[in-house]
Amino acid sequence: MIEFTLNGNAVSVEADPAMPILWVVREKLGLNGTKFGCGIAQCGACTVHLDGQPIRSCSTPVSQAAGRAVTTIEGIAGPDGELSRVQQAWISEQVPQCGYCQSGQIMAATALLRDTPQPTDAQIDNAMAGNICRCGTYTRIRRAIKVAAGMQDPRNAEAEA
Amino acid sequence: MNRLPENKAGRGRAARWTRRGVIGAGVLAGGALLIGIGIRPGNPVGRLKPLVAQGDEELVNSWVKIDTDNTVTAIVPHCEMGQGAHSVLGQMLADELDADWDLVKVMQAPADGNYVVTDTARMFVAPFTMNAADWIEPTYNGLFTQIARLADAMITGGSSSIRTTGQHQMRIAGAAARQMLVGAAADAWGVPANEIATRDSMLIHAGSGKRAPYAEFAAAAAEQPMPQTPRLKDIGEYRLMGKSKARTDIPGKVDGTAVFGIDAEIPAEHPAYAAVMRPPVPGTEVVSMDAEAAKAMPGVLQILNMGDHVAVVADSYWQAQQALAAMTVEWSEPESSIATMEDQFAAFAAALDEAGESGGNEAAAKGDARAAFAEAPRTIEAEYRVPYLAHAPMEPINCTAWVHDGKCEIWTSTQVPLMARKQAAAAIGLDAGDITIHHPMLGGAFGRRLVSEYVAMAARVAKATGYPVKMIWSREEDTQKSMYRPADMIRFKGGLDADGRLVSYDSIFTQRHDPAEACVPAGYAIPNVSVRVAEAPLHLPFQAWRSVDHSQHGFFTESFIDEAAHAAGIDPLDYRLAMLADAPRHKAVLERLRQVSGWDTPAGEGKGRGVAMVESFGSIVAEVAEVDMTGGKPRATKVWAVADPGYAMNPDGFRNQIEGGIVFGLTAALYGELELEGGRVKQSNFHDYRMLRMNECPDIEVALINSGPVPIGGAGEPGVPPIAPAFTNAIFAATGKRVRDLPVARQFA
Repeated sequence: MIEFTLNGNAVSVEADPAMPILWVVREKLGLNGTKFGCGIAQCGACTVHLDGQPIRSCSTPVSQAAGRAVTTIEGIAGPDGELSRVQQAWISEQVPQCGYCQSGQIMAATALLRDTPQPTDAQIDNAMAGNICRCGTYTRIRRAIKVAAGMQDPRNAEAEA
Repeated sequence: MNRLPENKAGRGRAARWTRRGVIGAGVLAGGALLIGIGIRPGNPVGRLKPLVAQGDEELVNSWVKIDTDNTVTAIVPHCEMGQGAHSVLGQMLADELDADWDLVKVMQAPADGNYVVTDTARMFVAPFTMNAADWIEPTYNGLFTQIARLADAMITGGSSSIRTTGQHQMRIAGAAARQMLVGAAADAWGVPANEIATRDSMLIHAGSGKRAPYAEFAAAAAEQPMPQTPRLKDIGEYRLMGKSKARTDIPGKVDGTAVFGIDAEIPAEHPAYAAVMRPPVPGTEVVSMDAEAAKAMPGVLQILNMGDHVAVVADSYWQAQQALAAMTVEWSEPESSIATMEDQFAAFAAALDEAGESGGNEAAAKGDARAAFAEAPRTIEAEYRVPYLAHAPMEPINCTAWVHDGKCEIWTSTQVPLMARKQAAAAIGLDAGDITIHHPMLGGAFGRRLVSEYVAMAARVAKATGYPVKMIWSREEDTQKSMYRPADMIRFKGGLDADGRLVSYDSIFTQRHDPAEACVPAGYAIPNVSVRVAEAPLHLPFQAWRSVDHSQHGFFTESFIDEAAHAAGIDPLDYRLAMLADAPRHKAVLERLRQVSGWDTPAGEGKGRGVAMVESFGSIVAEVAEVDMTGGKPRATKVWAVADPGYAMNPDGFRNQIEGGIVFGLTAALYGELELEGGRVKQSNFHDYRMLRMNECPDIEVALINSGPVPIGGAGEPGVPPIAPAFTNAIFAATGKRVRDLPVARQFA
């Protein structure tokens, strides 16, 4: 039995200690927002926070979560359900296309802004280069991060066109 | 389990319509109304209701529900795979219906023959019938409805949803519903229908001061005569169309609640998961397998030799993968003699050599190219090649299936749910009608999910085990054992007159799929043209890849045009403009691009700019790429695009598609390459099949031109074809090195 905190709630699961956190969260704990993309820590679709640090859950055994806090996309909205600044910016900038990678993108961006509230372009590149978006929404992700950081006003696309 | 995606308007929506056809409507219990366009006479509501109505909702007809709380739900037959079609189709329906956008919901239509996309099928089969006169329209509609049904044409592809289903079905359905609501209110209020206005889902009669929400007359509207060709709005009357309304599917994609195929919840106490291994070389089969070690591993339920693949079924996907990795499988000898890309290109070259100067099959011809070459004072020649490419959608290929009690239930991400159902049925010996297929959102597709071999596989594994099985391909399986954008080789010859003008053009290549016109330079006035195909075998199977033939022919043609411009000593943008005297839309796109990109200003030290223009899927898109060579390797720093789709129904959504198309095409141009080793694909995952990343992504600016409302062009694919040549033409501008062989990274290793 492995015990850890998932999105603020204590959980205990029976799982092979070597099983990656990704599959424990999806198959055993029923949270599907975290995605499988590559299985080798190359694409970032599976990004979650472990004690606040972004990790690739497809390649991190659940044994490493024991006694620690795991946060997934389902856990970053406020307690009242209000979306986080990053999530709100993802909507105002109309970032997602297929959306499959975006849980991971948002988790990476959330960690970036917590540690670096006013990131430079180079810092954004550095923090986000591990997350692939096959639909190619990078320019919008960059803008959304700046909006979430308060460095840029949210767009009003409807007013623009 | 069978959760169908449903998006709330104001936060998410989509709507989808069927053809301008027989419109059916009916009343549902509880006063809710469903208005819709039926495919054939008779109201299928009784049969459809369990599929599409939820809670207290009542299904009045196939396509529109109006609930008692005045919400309108559009039931959308196309899939949502990132292209934003759900939301925009909802806008189109809601606009014609004069619905309150904040009260519109969108729902994915179930995989059912009632929801075939007749107009999409029609555009592919007989595009010349698309704007038929009213008197012949019912005949065409009936004919293509039958064809679509027979072909299981519930299909999303070809950048077609908005311009076919949207324009011809969703709008008509919305307009018809509005007319029926007005008719019902007119009867009840005893006033002429033409005195009743509609706005924001309200019926309003100014003279009497009467007002009512749509819901009040929903039931009565269903009894109204159904207009087959209702009046559609003129462009000046649009209230939602042409506006950048926020997409309805996005909120669920930022909070983790969006449901993709891989998120299917297996409806059983003990779900099973399958990891699979397919033949490393196409067409080979299992000769033997050693599964002793795998069988002993924890959680393993069954190990199957399916002949054309092996499957490990376990109580978790990770366990299934671990066990699969512990197996040894021997495969039969491949029949293909092609073991390497050198072999593949040699096969192409042999076909081109054999065709020579005048052989092969003619794909397009104008004037007399060969005679013109004889008279041209100068000719140029070039050979280009492109490699195989994988689609690599972020959501790995997967399918969940459960065969029990003579029926089968399937959950999967697919662009073709009815075809998938048919293929699964054939694979497990059931009738298609015994299979229920649920198809939630797709985590990307790009053409990969237009085929359904994985659905048939999952059905077979489920049948063989008796378990409800979620089969997931590893990223390696999909990279190495999929279907691909074909490799190809092309040879060009161009004849220039004394002023450098291109007066004769000949090309010959080996792979021709879709669209047929992709290999022909569009817009340019070239007096003598010969385009030929010399077919050659492909080692890896073909599958349409975002923009299909345009993906390689955009690169080929627009690179060669650039070569001609440089040979003539003329600015490449000016050179193109000079060939567009009779193509005002193309010309306007390029002139705008010149302006927005600052084409006539210096690019700066170590930099270069390249331009390219391709018309595809009804839209004209030109792009300028700026390349910075100061690091020794080409880096795209900025891309400007100008697109003329005729009319963008959602400008921001359209821009998003062009931006994405640019990144997709730039990824392929810079990195995209699959190599062969012993007939097997060498690349396996994102470490060696590289994707463009945030730190490599250029700034992108997209400008739109709405040159006219009809016919409109597509959005999903047209951004892709121009970027590879714009990028390589920029490299030439910066370095003098002409890239004729992709990917670029290989040339600058």
